[in-house]
Amino acid sequence: MPTSPETLTEARRLRDLFAAKGAQVFKADVLQPADTLLDLYGEDIRARAYLTTDPLRGEMVLRPDFTVPVVQMHMEAHADPARYTYAGKVFRKQETDETRANEYVQVGYEVFDGQNPAAADAEVFAAIAQGLAGLPVRAATGDIGVLMAAVRGLRTTDARKAALLRHIWRPSRFRALMKRFGSVKVTPARAALLAADDPFADAGPDIGLRSREDVIARIDALRADAAAPPIAAEEIALIDAILALRETAPNVLSALRDIAVDMPAISDAVSGMGARLEALADRGVDVATLEFEGSYGRTSLEYYDGFVFGFYATDRPDHPPVATGGRYDALTAQLGQGRAVPAVGGVIRPDLALGLLPC
Amino acid sequence: MLKLGVPSKGRLMEKTFDWFGARGIGLRKSGSDREYAGAVEGIDGVELVLLSAGEIPRELAAGNIHLGVTGSDLVREKLANWNAQVSELASMGFGGADLIIAVPQVWVDVSTLDDLDAAAAAFRRTHGFRLRIATKYHRLVRDFMREQGVADYQLVDSQGATEGTVKNETAEAIADITSTGETLRANGLKILDDGLIHASQATLFRGRRRDWSDAQRAQLKTLQMVLGL
Repeated sequence: MPTSPETLTEARRLRDLFAAKGAQVFKADVLQPADTLLDLYGEDIRARAYLTTDPLRGEMVLRPDFTVPVVQMHMEAHADPARYTYAGKVFRKQETDETRANEYVQVGYEVFDGQNPAAADAEVFAAIAQGLAGLPVRAATGDIGVLMAAVRGLRTTDARKAALLRHIWRPSRFRALMKRFGSVKVTPARAALLAADDPFADAGPDIGLRSREDVIARIDALRADAAAPPIAAEEIALIDAILALRETAPNVLSALRDIAVDMPAISDAVSGMGARLEALADRGVDVATLEFEGSYGRTSLEYYDGFVFGFYATDRPDHPPVATGGRYDALTAQLGQGRAVPAVGGVIRPDLALGLLPC
Repeated sequence: MLKLGVPSKGRLMEKTFDWFGARGIGLRKSGSDREYAGAVEGIDGVELVLLSAGEIPRELAAGNIHLGVTGSDLVREKLANWNAQVSELASMGFGGADLIIAVPQVWVDVSTLDDLDAAAAAFRRTHGFRLRIATKYHRLVRDFMREQGVADYQLVDSQGATEGTVKNETAEAIADITSTGETLRANGLKILDDGLIHASQATLFRGRRRDWSDAQRAQLKTLQMVLGL
């Protein structure tokens, strides 16, 4: 659908607003090489983005967002700190709801600044909030960094922590892993395999690239795992408690401080959240009523690994968010070829924002 | 007039004819064996259209046919949000086949999706690319894997002889239709304990477009009565 003149005007207003905060205007090609996204997200990206093939350049994708190209450009430019803004269309397949747009304008504000992460988080949140000023929206926030710190602090093997961290964004598999690591139960078939002198006694022919060595390596890993004690029930309860948090930010902060007494590993992440709330208050955000959910931001196909937020129409909870954002330090490390820069950003959909104006 | 799409050849067509025949509606190919025209007896206002089972989902969604017999797997694979576009009138009790995930028998450490996910993570680390699963059912497999939270795999397209892809080293595992599992075993593969993606069977579908005339709606009611649905 062609973008309405009103949406274009609003997009320009927002981009100018962000540029006035010192952000350089960034432009990206509509067609992007697909390899980075495929490497980051694998098969899921095919369900979400439009992939196509160029005879010379291989698989290409209609840009599903600006964040990845912005990060790539920034990591090559080696200029920190930096702020960027952009306005342009992104393209997303809609497999279930025909009424949702599959191409729409996003206006973004991205901050690459490691000096003071709490201040940078607050800066981006406040900039997005300012862009939406006067509209009937409510904000939801979360912090994936707290959950990751809690997982890293579990008293268990590094292999188990790595497995859990790998599935932070896949709640069902994360839950299944927690359950397995918290139990000593092993299926009879698995017990027999681990006890077998020759695990390959009844195995079929050697076929495929996953070799016998690969299988033996995994059996060794399974044996090591079977020898490790289960994750304590109290620790699992603490993770569940973090995931179940759903309250105003100050109340969540005090609940997390209580949890940190039993789980000191999250102390830094919790102090970081405290510093962020102060920075938000300094920028005039009404922190006392700000919503915080312990599991917010886990189900979207995203790269956020710290502060996360979304703005939703107050009376339309079923509608897609008007704005979203978060911290993505790990993405800069993945795309930075050995270099990493703390980064946080957010985007507004001007079309949805305009739809909230009183007629 | 209601157009009823039926697979144009093979056992699926014969079984469909038998199913309707047992319920008092005669379907047959008219003219020569090579001609894809059909005749309907025992009810008025229904026209038989013979076409490939794989095209029936699309034709139903487009409204070119009103009713259609095809595998429940094909509808789920070919139509996004399938139950908004068609609805099931009857499961017909034949053409049964399971869409499953199978891995080499030599993977003695892998019997569940949880194992597959862990093996995929290690495979990617060691081999430098995502574990490949050969299939022609991209949508069904991808949705299933996302629901189950399996990562670090990729789908590679295989339109036939999928069981052979592992031996040929173009894939590490497969997702395919099987009825007895015989071919899988013969190719050194085994089914994951929780690897059933969809139990498919021949199903009578109706299109859900809103442009049906009152006469067509009445016609469907009559047909459902005759069929005892």
